[in-house]
Amino acid sequence: MTKQPAIELKNITKRFGKVVANKNVNLTAYRGEILSILGENGSGKTTLMNMISGIYFPDEGQIFIDEKEAVITSPKDAFNYKIGMIHQHFKLVDVFSAAENIVLGIEDGKYDLSKSKTEIKKICEQYGFELALEKKIYTMSVSEKQTVEIIKVLYRGADILILDEPTAVLTPQETEKLFNVLRRMRDDGKCIIIITHKLHEVLSLSDRVSVLRKGEYIGTVNTAETSESELTEMMVGKKVDLNIQRSEPVDSVERLAVNSITCVDRTGTVVLDDVSFTAKSGEILGIAGIAGSGQRELLESIAGLQRLEYGDIFYYDPTTGKKESLRDKTPLQIRQMGVRLSFVPEDRLGMGLVGNMDIVDNMMLRSYTKGHSMFLKRKKPKDLAMKIINDLEVVTPSASTPVRRLSGGNVQKVLVGREIAASPTVLMVAYPVRGLDINSSYMIYNLLNEQKEKGVAIIFVGEDLDVLVELCDRIMVIGSGRITGVVDARNTTKEEIGLLMTKSKNAGKENE
Amino acid sequence: MMANKSTMKTHHEPLFHVVKRDDMSAGKAWLVRISTIVISFIFIGFVSMVLTGKNFGEAFETMFLGAFGRIFDGRMTMLWKYLQDVAILLALSLALTPAFKMKFWNCGAEGQTLMGGLASIICMIELGGKMQTLPLIAVIAVSSIAAGAIWGLIPAIFKALFNTNETLFTLMMNYIATQIIAYYVYIKGGGSNVINPVPYGNFPTVGDNDYFVNIVIVAVITILMFIYLKFSKQGYEISVVGESQNTARYVGINVKKVIIRTMVISGALCGVTGMLLVAGKDHSINTNLVGGQGFTAILMSWLGQFNPFIMVFMTGIVIFLKLGVAKIADDALLNSSFSEIIVGFVILMLVGCEFFIHYSIKFRHNKKEVKA
Repeated sequence: MTKQPAIELKNITKRFGKVVANKNVNLTAYRGEILSILGENGSGKTTLMNMISGIYFPDEGQIFIDEKEAVITSPKDAFNYKIGMIHQHFKLVDVFSAAENIVLGIEDGKYDLSKSKTEIKKICEQYGFELALEKKIYTMSVSEKQTVEIIKVLYRGADILILDEPTAVLTPQETEKLFNVLRRMRDDGKCIIIITHKLHEVLSLSDRVSVLRKGEYIGTVNTAETSESELTEMMVGKKVDLNIQRSEPVDSVERLAVNSITCVDRTGTVVLDDVSFTAKSGEILGIAGIAGSGQRELLESIAGLQRLEYGDIFYYDPTTGKKESLRDKTPLQIRQMGVRLSFVPEDRLGMGLVGNMDIVDNMMLRSYTKGHSMFLKRKKPKDLAMKIINDLEVVTPSASTPVRRLSGGNVQKVLVGREIAASPTVLMVAYPVRGLDINSSYMIYNLLNEQKEKGVAIIFVGEDLDVLVELCDRIMVIGSGRITGVVDARNTTKEEIGLLMTKSKNAGKENE
Repeated sequence: MMANKSTMKTHHEPLFHVVKRDDMSAGKAWLVRISTIVISFIFIGFVSMVLTGKNFGEAFETMFLGAFGRIFDGRMTMLWKYLQDVAILLALSLALTPAFKMKFWNCGAEGQTLMGGLASIICMIELGGKMQTLPLIAVIAVSSIAAGAIWGLIPAIFKALFNTNETLFTLMMNYIATQIIAYYVYIKGGGSNVINPVPYGNFPTVGDNDYFVNIVIVAVITILMFIYLKFSKQGYEISVVGESQNTARYVGINVKKVIIRTMVISGALCGVTGMLLVAGKDHSINTNLVGGQGFTAILMSWLGQFNPFIMVFMTGIVIFLKLGVAKIADDALLNSSFSEIIVGFVILMLVGCEFFIHYSIKFRHNKKEVKA
């Protein structure tokens, strides 16, 4: 079979203000192949794909579809060229059923749901999708929602499919299912482009890999002829050691005990259901689970930001040896009790930091109340800011630059740096490397390991199971607000954790 | 299905598209703003030429005279009046600023000021003649600050406890205040619906200048507000709550307390302005005491980017235009609305120029041929 180019990009450039998101990118994707676009966070993968799907318009360069020049100014134009994009964040109407969402927005005259359903079923059978068409979106799991999104674009006749980080929210088992479907679509002659930064997925799924680095096109290689280390080198620009250090915990004692806590959210839904565990000093406790299973609420409960319905949280003070309850305490009270609890939340600029303030003022967030003066003292925060900028190699024009202007990795260094500077006894981190480049990620891992060796009890909420397995000492799995298992990270597999992640969900299904 | 269309429409690259920019330096941004003001002034000059038949230079001379008077001849009365008007608008802008910085949209400066003014006039009428002037002024100050603060406190409590929409709430409070004033004037005015100037509790004149005290008070507030917002712990808390309530909760700031405290300050400063208007200027009260300046102040606070010193500059320009254009309108026997239209136009230009500071427009470019 001769390869027929489906889509070609020539000299595509896109700028946002001073930032060049894509610079002279040339790329070809053929029919009947799966092409991976590999690059670190911020390398311009998503921007590039957004230009193909009509969300952005390139500043320079041309797009060719089936060897004819195409001008794509809106997502509708993209549909006309049979391009379908599946975004990282799904765009579905929650109260509609799967079938209704799939036909939504198609202007072809008559609305005939039963006829459409037959067509949808045909698509499902052809590629091996499993989907209940009558099921409402809000009752669906993330992977089911993703299936609806994919069928939606197929139903519109797309034969060029772009998937933006499709596996970020899936369990290992769901990922394998998705890959099988994608392979069948490829064999059917469709052109599949997946955006990713996970190397092992690239290697197991795609035919060819195109690598972007800092907005520039680096090159394309055949998957069969490459290796993980070669791809990393292309992606980062230099050789990187991908091993994470892990030392044995020393003198581990109980530091924090969570005692069957239950929380409900504003709508009355139970978000944490009878959760109990302990965090020990000098140990990294990993928390794995599908996004939104109660991880955030769990950390916020400990930090005094979430009201507990039942249960209690105890802190063992290492200096006095006393056991103190943190229940119904505000963050301020917890600090005043002398509990050195540091927390790197998931939402860095919306919770951990103030985006419009500079690094110095962000350093003050934790310490500004100190002293009796009614005025601020900026001397110490300024010294701390300079220390963090130097020690953690924060790339910033100055200490008085608003943090929102920094890149994701540098924002995270500022936040983690501040939280560690408080010399915590308990350190909670939520998705600390999300959106970070490889070098910054490894710096964060090293910082966590340093804290662990200092005897800090670390709670690490993560999404990348490979990292959790390599970095943590114990891994606790949470599913729909319940603890579904605690495993020893040294003797477990991703698959075992994946099964635990969906355990409570499956239990629910049996009752239906 | 639409994807099956066999013929494809030919598309053209759009004529222009809007691109967000993040890189304009503060200096350049100010250049854009100053240019906007200059262009607006040139435009006003031309409009005046057409309407009055004077030439360009004369139009500006008229504006200058309208705002500042014959200061080169040593007559300062008009200049003092100008400064007084700037002081009042500035005081209101300063009063709104802490609330706005907290992203609490206080649209109730009118009402809070009216209530402050009402407290002043009540003290002047009821206690006038029974007390020495200075103690009376002290009583006036305390009661008008309290009245304004209470009018600001009510919506703040509802916002903090029930998350009610503060924009609507403060607007409604304006109407209530207006009606209370109307009622009071009806009672005390004795049928004529006018309260004659009360000779008690008036601010002292310095030299022959009636407004000196008002101007000094506002100048002091300007400096204090700058220090409060920039260097005090409370000012810092306001910024954090305004930027992100989540962050505020995360670091242990009591968000409800900050909302209430800040609105008390905002209302209290409006109350002060009410006192300046009643005890320092009119010595009387009517429902039109604030005359919509509580709303102009919203724009002044924004255009001043919540910086008290930039607000001095902005209010200075707006009052200059208001008085100057009123003079032109007067000379040309035009309706007084002319002045309001022009001021509105300039403010619109200033708001509009912010668009070009934050976005740039890219026109269709000539494509270079790329070899296939």
